[in-house]
Amino acid sequence: MTAWPLKLPAHEAVLAAILVLALALLAVLSDRFFTLDNLLNQGLLMTEVGLIAMPMTFVIITGGIDLSVGSALGMCAILLGYSWHNWGFPLPLAIGFALAAGAAGGFVNGWVITRLGVPPLIMTIATLALYRGLAEGISQAHSVRNYPPWFAALGQGTLFGVPAQLWVLVVAIVLFGVVLARTTFGRALRAIGHSETAARFSGLPVDRIKLAVYTASGFMAGLAAWIFVSRVGTTRSDMGMGVELDVIAAVVLGGTSIFGGTGTIVGTVLGLALIQLLKDGLSLTGVKGDATIVVIGTVLILSILVSNFAERRRESGRMPPAPAPRPTTEKGRNEP
Amino acid sequence: MNGAGRRPARARRFAISQEWLLALAIVALLVVVGLVNPRFVATRNLQTILLGNAYVAVAAIGMSMVIVSGNIDISVGSLIGVLATVSGTLAVAGWPVVLAWLVPVVLGAAVMAAQGALVAFLGIPSIVVTLGMLSILKGGLISATGGVWISNLPDGYHLAQWSLFGVVPVPVAVMVVLTAAAAWWMRNTGAGRSLYALGGNAEAARLCGIGRARTVMMVFAIHGTFAGLAAVLFATQLSVIQSTVPPNLELTVITAAVVGGVSILGGTGTVVGSTLAAVLIAAIGSSLIFISISPFWLRAVQGALILATVLADMWRRRRRGLIR
Repeated sequence: MTAWPLKLPAHEAVLAAILVLALALLAVLSDRFFTLDNLLNQGLLMTEVGLIAMPMTFVIITGGIDLSVGSALGMCAILLGYSWHNWGFPLPLAIGFALAAGAAGGFVNGWVITRLGVPPLIMTIATLALYRGLAEGISQAHSVRNYPPWFAALGQGTLFGVPAQLWVLVVAIVLFGVVLARTTFGRALRAIGHSETAARFSGLPVDRIKLAVYTASGFMAGLAAWIFVSRVGTTRSDMGMGVELDVIAAVVLGGTSIFGGTGTIVGTVLGLALIQLLKDGLSLTGVKGDATIVVIGTVLILSILVSNFAERRRESGRMPPAPAPRPTTEKGRNEP
Repeated sequence: MNGAGRRPARARRFAISQEWLLALAIVALLVVVGLVNPRFVATRNLQTILLGNAYVAVAAIGMSMVIVSGNIDISVGSLIGVLATVSGTLAVAGWPVVLAWLVPVVLGAAVMAAQGALVAFLGIPSIVVTLGMLSILKGGLISATGGVWISNLPDGYHLAQWSLFGVVPVPVAVMVVLTAAAAWWMRNTGAGRSLYALGGNAEAARLCGIGRARTVMMVFAIHGTFAGLAAVLFATQLSVIQSTVPPNLELTVITAAVVGGVSILGGTGTVVGSTLAAVLIAAIGSSLIFISISPFWLRAVQGALILATVLADMWRRRRRGLIR
């Protein structure tokens, strides 16, 4: 098997095939799985992670990362609950305040990363601690409950028979998908990820684009916080802990290169669905919640191994194996 | 590498000032909080602070090396949780105490070396490998043990029962000795210098004949060894070991390394700084209680501390013209 005559099919096609296989397998294993109710419920459960995964795809395509999203979710949830319950904000204003706080949190990340040149990994580790710390400090670990009934509409209500928040997720998917695939902004994201220097010399407003992307990341964390609080009807400072792992796993599993430059929203959605199916399927077949995160971690590492392997296969024919980082002068990969 | 010619002297002066800064901050904290509440500076409290956090400092030594080499590890908290559980389980199962201390160290080195291999030979970024390993270890630990509490640890198991010269508890002595040894090794041996070379400029290091893969493997294996030692220090100070992952331990360890002056861009930093930073963070955590501030603010303080250090580091680098 020295020759590899077939070009590897697109990552998304492989994922979709795996997804169909998993669906079939789970449908056979459990009769409770392949019901409309269960599938809609699974969609509902992945909404918060899904919303955050949209801008995360953008962030990772630009070659960055945002580890602070889980903490930003917690901070926004606490600000929503506290501004309403303790500071006397009307609830709609509290919601707006939480969304604004999320955007501000993302803006701070983006500002320090672009203006001061701090690596995204370190900056967002710092705000991972800071935002969670603010959530804990402000709330003093007290929870807020007893929201008015109308507030539950977004997280527990339905629209045309489908959970309300799923519509929000669908809108977000379409919006981010179109922006990434069909606009110059989307192309600019990939250009920055391939080579930031080249993007700068091409006259792209690299800093402004990155700032927008990190701000969007924070804003979506705020939106996810609103939906989360509405779904469970209570606010706690540990909300969203570890969500960054689920989000990054979904994005990377969806074929977005962790080195930046490539990725699609379709891939991310498939990654999300696959992870949610794994979780649901495992729990239906009697595996406990803690073991499912083992599976997610394994899948994350394996998926990168496989895509790295495929990448090397594709590149090995064309250039000698160089230990230096991937060439920035040549686009060594296929555009979708 | 602009400014390479004048870098060593300045870098050394800067390094000293970073460590002195931390030492001064510790003294200032002791004085100020001691004036507000004298019980804070009682020998017993100081011993408690050092004893309870020696393991953080030891883990931060390995973390510093990893960050200096231009990598990161966010699985260390989960690994320490797993290794502490292993250590406690072995001790309760009647294994010789020495083995209950040694096995976690070997195991830690092995797990980290495996992660290092994924990073070094397969080119997967350390953030992804360790993120995956974090959930594998964390989930694996809880589902394997069910979060059971390990008690009835044998008498000879607890390291803190012995003191050097009657005042320095063994874990604190271990922390000091390991810091000194690691600092000497990083400063004076070829292998130690290769970490700085790799973190400073991977391509230049390669041209100097420093193999990236080998160095990354080495640094992760050493980091795992320190994580194992940290796990033993952590486990032996407890009377009951909860077989769960200590929450956010990896964050505290990374904070200590970064605040200790390990440059976020790789290439500079010392473990003396990270140990001092670990002590400072522990002292801040303890002082919050003594000046009646809710401990729920501790993590916000940690986050602010990392942010401040990172910003100061960027500012200094820019002033020295090391970056644009």
